[in-house]
Amino acid sequence: MSAEALIKTSSLKKVYRFGNVDVPALRGVTMEVQAGEFVALLGPSGSGKSTLFHIVGGMLAPTSGTVEIDGQDLANMSDAERTEMRKTKVGFVFQRFNLLATLNAEENIRIAQHIAGVADPDDEHFNEVVRILGIGHRMRHKPNALSGGEQQRVAIARALVNKPPILLADEPTGNLDSENSMAVLDTLRTLNRKLGQTVMMITHNAEAASYCTDRVLRMKDGRIA
Amino acid sequence: MIHRLVLRNLFHRPVRTGLTILAVAVEVMMIVMMVGVSEGLLTESLRRTRGVGADVLIRPQISGATISTADISDKLPAMLLERYPQIEHALGATVFTPGNLQTITGVDWPAFDAMSGGIVIFDGRPYSAPYEALVDEVYARQEEVTVGDSIELMSREFEVVGIIETGKMSRVFIPPETMSDLQGWQGRVSQVYLKLGDSANVRELIEDLRVLLPNRHVISVEDFLALTATNVRQMSSQFVNIIISIAVSIGFIVVMLAMYTAILERTREIGILKAIGASKSVIGSIVMRETLVVSLIGIVLGYGLSVVGKELVALRYPLIPVIFVPEWLAGAAVLTIIGSIAGASYPAWKAAKADPCEILSYE
Repeated sequence: MSAEALIKTSSLKKVYRFGNVDVPALRGVTMEVQAGEFVALLGPSGSGKSTLFHIVGGMLAPTSGTVEIDGQDLANMSDAERTEMRKTKVGFVFQRFNLLATLNAEENIRIAQHIAGVADPDDEHFNEVVRILGIGHRMRHKPNALSGGEQQRVAIARALVNKPPILLADEPTGNLDSENSMAVLDTLRTLNRKLGQTVMMITHNAEAASYCTDRVLRMKDGRIA
Repeated sequence: MIHRLVLRNLFHRPVRTGLTILAVAVEVMMIVMMVGVSEGLLTESLRRTRGVGADVLIRPQISGATISTADISDKLPAMLLERYPQIEHALGATVFTPGNLQTITGVDWPAFDAMSGGIVIFDGRPYSAPYEALVDEVYARQEEVTVGDSIELMSREFEVVGIIETGKMSRVFIPPETMSDLQGWQGRVSQVYLKLGDSANVRELIEDLRVLLPNRHVISVEDFLALTATNVRQMSSQFVNIIISIAVSIGFIVVMLAMYTAILERTREIGILKAIGASKSVIGSIVMRETLVVSLIGIVLGYGLSVVGKELVALRYPLIPVIFVPEWLAGAAVLTIIGSIAGASYPAWKAAKADPCEILSYE
């Protein structure tokens, strides 16, 4: 295993318990993602890719195994420690954009800085991200006045504004038409190339997975195939 | 940024926010008005007692703030006048309280007028016949009576012959003989008022009278006012506390329901904030800040409603004075905020412990 790996999991297992029934979602996932890599996690529904996404993102604790993000072991972290980790280590992009409806585009991006407690926001970086994403002229608009593609680009800007080492994208093109899907994938690729941003993208779309990524990890039945 | 989010969220649902503010305002108004009415009635009662102009009061040994009996000889005022040269005026009064807290007083008008230093009669004249009555201006306004009208007192018709200034012992006055006839109190009065030439002699006179009249309650008017104020406040505080408890409970329930529905509606927003790193305390504080904004606006509106309420009561029920008590203006605000924070605690806790994974998984 490389010492530069930003994401490392080893024998990662997650079992959900529904009543008296145990449902294994991850059955021992071992993988790593190097800094600056763009990796796709490809798999059908129920393959465990979303569970892996949530564990790597620090939103879910594994049942067993280890998961390291930028050298920090998440498996033994408390809920509060994982919350703290999410502020600086990981940026999230979701299928449904998940912008706050009452805030405009700029506020949706800035709130991530505010929550991370950034006392002196890096406006240069903010402007650079906004420029790359091509949304500078839409900053005063609220989400309901933006197209799906624009909303997703605002969500990407929010995910990157705190310069997290890792960008996690969960089906980022799932709610977009093909034209906007390609634009978002191109954007992620550009960010990866220009800023050296490490990206792990979850998708069930093989075409999208191979279009722009360096490597495709296939998941099936809770394991990396 | 969080402040902006809080305000935008409140404006996002204006009807719910407005109704919650209104409920908080009504809570504040209930507290302020209830205390105000209680204080107003007491203050007005004390003002009327003080308005008699007496220094010393002789009452039955066992009696509360209001009495409705007569067992003191009507010869006592004359006897005391003769015995104590320092007494300038002595006045016996019969008091009947029909049940609506408005007392009817039988008193010798010229003697009363002299003791109180001259009572202004706005319209009409003093009574001169058995079934004539004088009423004060507040009573006249509430009951909409003028000179020449008839009013029913103790199941008898009385003609209103004069309307006097308010703040003098009672609101309704009739001849003492008529009161004695109707109540069977011949030869007796309810209480005796004494006015001294020099009020510096009050304590000395009271000591003497307590020896002379061991079965009577002899007290200076100032002490009586202080005692009455304390007793009435103690009695009314129980009732007032019940009303305040109900008001705070209503505020608590309304705020809890409003914030709970807000939390249910904004589950996704909470999930997003948690995903980008908002801690439990940040999420909880958003709910609490919204509650505080609603409460503070509600408190200000409640003060406004109280002022309007006071004016409406003065117009519709002049006999019920409302006096705002500064301590309770602050007290209402504090109680409202405590109730609101308590009401928002459960929704805040529920929001804070929400699982972002679970929320964001249900796309």
